Amino acid sequence: MSALAGTGALVRLALRRDRVRLPVWVIAVVGLLMSSVVSVTSLYGSTAEREAYAGAVGDNPVAVMMGGPGAGLPSLGGIVVFEVAIVGYVAVGLMSLLLVVRHTRAEEEAGRTELLRAAVVGRWAGPGAALVVAGAANAGIGLGVGAGLVATGLPAAGSAALAASFVVFGLVMATVGLVAAQLTEHSRGASGIAAAALAVFFVLRAAGDIGGGTLSWTSPMGWALAVRPFAGARWAVLLLPLAAAAVLTAAALALLDRRDVGAGLVAARPGRATASGGLAGPLGLAWRQHRAALLGWGIGMFLLGAAYGSVGESVEELVSQNDALAEFVAGSGTDLVDTFFAVATSMTALVVTGFALQVAVRMRGEETAGRLEPLLGTAVSRGRWLAVHLLVAVAGSTVLLALGGLGTGLLHATLTADPGQVGRLTVAALVWAPAAWALTGVAAALFGLLPRAVGAVWALLAAAAFLLLLGRTVQLPDWAVGLSPFEHVPQLPSEAVSAPPLLALTAVALALAGAGLLGFRRRDIG
Amino acid sequence: MAFPIEVSDLRKSFGSTRALDGLDLAVARGEVHGFLGPNGSGKSTTIRVLLGLLRPDGGSATLLGGDPWRNAVDLHRRLAYVPGDVTLWPNLTGGEAIDLLGRLRGGLDRRRRDDLLERFDLDPRKKSRSYSKGNRQKVALVAALASDVELLLLDEPTSGLDPLMEAEFQACVLAAKAAGRTVLLSSHILAEVESLCDRVSIIRLGRTVQSGTLAELRHLTRTSMSVETVRPVPELAELPGVHDLVSGDGRVRFDVDSAALDDVVRHLSGAGVRALTSTPPTLEELFLRHYGESVPEPETAR
Repeated sequence: MSALAGTGALVRLALRRDRVRLPVWVIAVVGLLMSSVVSVTSLYGSTAEREAYAGAVGDNPVAVMMGGPGAGLPSLGGIVVFEVAIVGYVAVGLMSLLLVVRHTRAEEEAGRTELLRAAVVGRWAGPGAALVVAGAANAGIGLGVGAGLVATGLPAAGSAALAASFVVFGLVMATVGLVAAQLTEHSRGASGIAAAALAVFFVLRAAGDIGGGTLSWTSPMGWALAVRPFAGARWAVLLLPLAAAAVLTAAALALLDRRDVGAGLVAARPGRATASGGLAGPLGLAWRQHRAALLGWGIGMFLLGAAYGSVGESVEELVSQNDALAEFVAGSGTDLVDTFFAVATSMTALVVTGFALQVAVRMRGEETAGRLEPLLGTAVSRGRWLAVHLLVAVAGSTVLLALGGLGTGLLHATLTADPGQVGRLTVAALVWAPAAWALTGVAAALFGLLPRAVGAVWALLAAAAFLLLLGRTVQLPDWAVGLSPFEHVPQLPSEAVSAPPLLALTAVALALAGAGLLGFRRRDIG
Repeated sequence: MAFPIEVSDLRKSFGSTRALDGLDLAVARGEVHGFLGPNGSGKSTTIRVLLGLLRPDGGSATLLGGDPWRNAVDLHRRLAYVPGDVTLWPNLTGGEAIDLLGRLRGGLDRRRRDDLLERFDLDPRKKSRSYSKGNRQKVALVAALASDVELLLLDEPTSGLDPLMEAEFQACVLAAKAAGRTVLLSSHILAEVESLCDRVSIIRLGRTVQSGTLAELRHLTRTSMSVETVRPVPELAELPGVHDLVSGDGRVRFDVDSAALDDVVRHLSGAGVRALTSTPPTLEELFLRHYGESVPEPETAR
């Protein structure tokens, strides 16, 4: 197999380059999952508590969206799966797809693949090495989680099955990343495509689980949950994601064999010989740099919102069918559909913040790539350049939120024949904008004051996501949960709008951006 | 403002690395000034300070009569800069990048732009990511040379160009000079500086070692020769203009001042030349020979 020549050396190179990053990912994911497991096992120690939990969540569509079909409830193992499995799939999925794209398309884009492929290195060695490293990282997570689950006293077979489902889902997302890496010339685009696939898997599974389960079989995340770890583990189901990984790998290699090094699937065409009128200043350039991403994200957010909107109706049906739940809802005075939309919209907000941070972090990328220097060598001031990029981040994330809310609103309004839902759900999405702005402000402040540390905003977004999704589960104190800007957003439409927290978040964002601007105007470039 | 660029005792450190250690530089209006030094001697750092991208730790720098850090934006309307390592926006075509840079400086001359594209044989419709290093450099050069500016800051602008394009570049710089522009041309290629520059500043380890006109720095433009002759060459070392003569194995190696070249070659042919190689001195050799390992105090030309 000469196409794989040099794979071993590339594996060692990847491990050497990722010697910090990889252990951090593995330890962070295992730690994230185990901290939830430990708190769950301590919370639901008695049979009565477990049955109360199962009764409250088993048929609750909002809980099913975030937790899965609930196989194995009310056993402790079932509760653990319900609480941590999906967060775990998303975490290993993101790790795997980012890892593979970083070691394939990003290397190719940087020109290093060319250097390596000129040596005794086969065409498939790069992808092969990336998959081996992704497999090793997932195996590390699987071992850590499996050992941890057994150590907390859960049945060994179920623990092994849950751990194995993490590993195979990670492998599927690694191969999805590999296919995406063949499609576009840019690693950013490849990561975006693979992450969009992950979102689609999540939504298909959520819609399927809420709507009876059939649709869940179209999603690898649905397959992983169909293993039913603590409910008579169905090991054979694991073959499904493994087969998918094999097919995706074959597809990626077939695409690779048909293209040139450095090229995507679409050949480059000659472009304009002169710049159009719009490409005249820093704003025109920033718009040009981000418009394709914004378009892709816009479509993605609209579809994600529409997917949520299409499920809202079945939430209502489920509630009416379940007498106990209907009574509970009527008694508590909350509208379960609205709660569902509030939770769904908070997920959209987390994703959209990712776009804003991507734009903000790109400023540092432009600087280190040497493209900022010739710009500042012209009559462009530092303040203006920083301002236009922040404008794209802030306005772009706001538009994306509106599109997500519009998608939810349009679908829900059509299904319920209530046009008022369009505006109502769009506003419900827009209230999250100040939280996205606040994290953008943090990125701007870092860029101005500590440019090397700009990448740390991704860790902050991950921390905010953790606090939003699991902060209550692991029983963190209120002040700790309150560190996340998302915690201060009124959860429309189930809560009322309240201006003070939104204004406060906006003020924080402005103050941070101002600090970033002051720092940027004082420091050296490069 | 007789001196568009005036730098004195400029200092800049990056952590514990001292990049500029009391650098002096004066570029007169309308001249092409060679900024000569080996790699890592501080040429790019100086230019970045002049562009207001880096803040100096000490000393003074005046650009077009203003403070390069505080008046950066206004000053940049009057100059054009070509970086040594040009990186472009991958999804823009070369033509778009040229127009963008021109507009950001306050407009460029459409006719001159098209003329330069032709002279440099550059296809403006290609995406920047598909350009080679030389072509990326041409994009930055066209954008700079087509702008109506007083001052051109060129940081090793020819390091990726082939000899044909290098000749075009030299013609363009001379045309810019004829149009009354001032040019600061940093380079580590002695021959390029020799054929273009009125005056030269030589820097090493962040300090100016020498500056003056090329005539004043005549000793820098010696040719190194290595000759194998049938008979020994008599009294070669005593000829005017011959320096650093070493002989052995029937070969002699020495350096000759350009002015004495004709006499020396005639003298050699009397001894029956069997083989002869001549090379212009490289900057690295020159530094080794003239300044050794230590940096002398700054001085004017001998």
